[in-house]
Amino acid sequence: MSMSLLLRDVGYGICYNAERIAKVVLFRCSMCGQCILRSTGFVCPMRCPKQMRNGPCGGPTGGMCEVYRDRKCIWVRIYKRNRFFGQLPKTERRMTPLDWELWESAAWLNVVTKKITLSGESRRTKEEFQD
Amino acid sequence: MAGYLSKLEALLKTRQFVVCAELEPPQSANAEAIYRKMKYYRGVVDAINVTDSASAVVRMSSLAVSTMLVREGLEPVLQMTCRDRNRIALQGDILGAAGLGVRNVLCLTGDHQTLGDHPSAKGVFDLDACNFLRMVRRMRDDKRFFSGGEIKTEPRLFIGAGANPFAEPFEWRVRHLAKKIDAGAEFVQTQCIFDLERFDKYMEQIRAEGIHERVFIIAGISPAKSARPLEYMKEHVSGLMIPDALIARMKQAHDPQAEGIAVALEIIAHVRQTPGIRGVHLMPLKWASVIPTIVKEAGLLPRPVVDVTAHPVANA
Repeated sequence: MSMSLLLRDVGYGICYNAERIAKVVLFRCSMCGQCILRSTGFVCPMRCPKQMRNGPCGGPTGGMCEVYRDRKCIWVRIYKRNRFFGQLPKTERRMTPLDWELWESAAWLNVVTKKITLSGESRRTKEEFQD
Repeated sequence: MAGYLSKLEALLKTRQFVVCAELEPPQSANAEAIYRKMKYYRGVVDAINVTDSASAVVRMSSLAVSTMLVREGLEPVLQMTCRDRNRIALQGDILGAAGLGVRNVLCLTGDHQTLGDHPSAKGVFDLDACNFLRMVRRMRDDKRFFSGGEIKTEPRLFIGAGANPFAEPFEWRVRHLAKKIDAGAEFVQTQCIFDLERFDKYMEQIRAEGIHERVFIIAGISPAKSARPLEYMKEHVSGLMIPDALIARMKQAHDPQAEGIAVALEIIAHVRQTPGIRGVHLMPLKWASVIPTIVKEAGLLPRPVVDVTAHPVANA
């Protein structure tokens, strides 16, 4: 392997792991590679059992998740957080579908390399889906 | 109504109050069971919702059962969930459904697999209901696959979504419905209504935002045979509001079945008075035989007749 390729791989590894360590500790990140924490009041919707990025399902009872009954519904938390910060319009905009090819990649680098937008949506999906 | 393929669409757009009912496919390969049940629906309801392994319990495929209904001259609403299929399979089934003569589709996210009879299954959830709606709408109106590729013959389907006025966060449920309408929903069927107070608050908000003018809202009604299924639903089915007073009333009833019908009729009368409601959707709890009684007692018979453009393949 040439030196530049090795450097690139090591560099990527450092960025990926730095992001991972920070986000796993703070947000229980699953490294979807298309981070929308900015739009969701820093509550990660990928922790929802259905990985809903466009709002709650019809399941929450008494504000609790229908799958993990001892946990608050992620979208109830996102709604409350965004209402508190006056950012409800961010919750109302439809997010483009997930790009599963970005799974397990570094979202920060994906922003730099223009694979995703600042709002955390895959540019390819947006183009394909005309969002 | 020339120009319409879907009877449901034709009725709603000519301002008729529609009646839909749910048909639960069997947990076996026995098609006889479906043909036997058809008599409860024929001439009584305008469209029949066919559930897609509801509550994540395995049942005969909704597309297969919808096709049987089409062949018998009935109008199915094909329910499809994102739980078991990714965007490739969903698009394939949408094309197949349209090709087989299905004219209505209800796009849902789907109940989580851990709540059903195969809790160890892998859930798909490749898309959510909002993006699923957008995908189907784009297939029909723009003749494009998800990927942007061209579709020569588009699937002409009347597109519906689910709405639940009874789950948190309440204040946001109406905005969430608006998101689904923006994504492509043309009609909406609600979760079962038991709590009229909460339902009225929801509809007030709907009217305040003018949402009832952008979509046809069909109210979900669940007639119960006795207090037991209600208690079961309150305990096990999430996202429902069943008042304790209703369960107590069913328990005290001398004839629980008659009381169940009376309750359903009261709710139907209430939603018919509610501005913005364009029809009812009956979801009897293992009690399909009650459908004709309820529709008749509610004064919704006979059902209007509409002529829709025939489907070339389905008639072949």
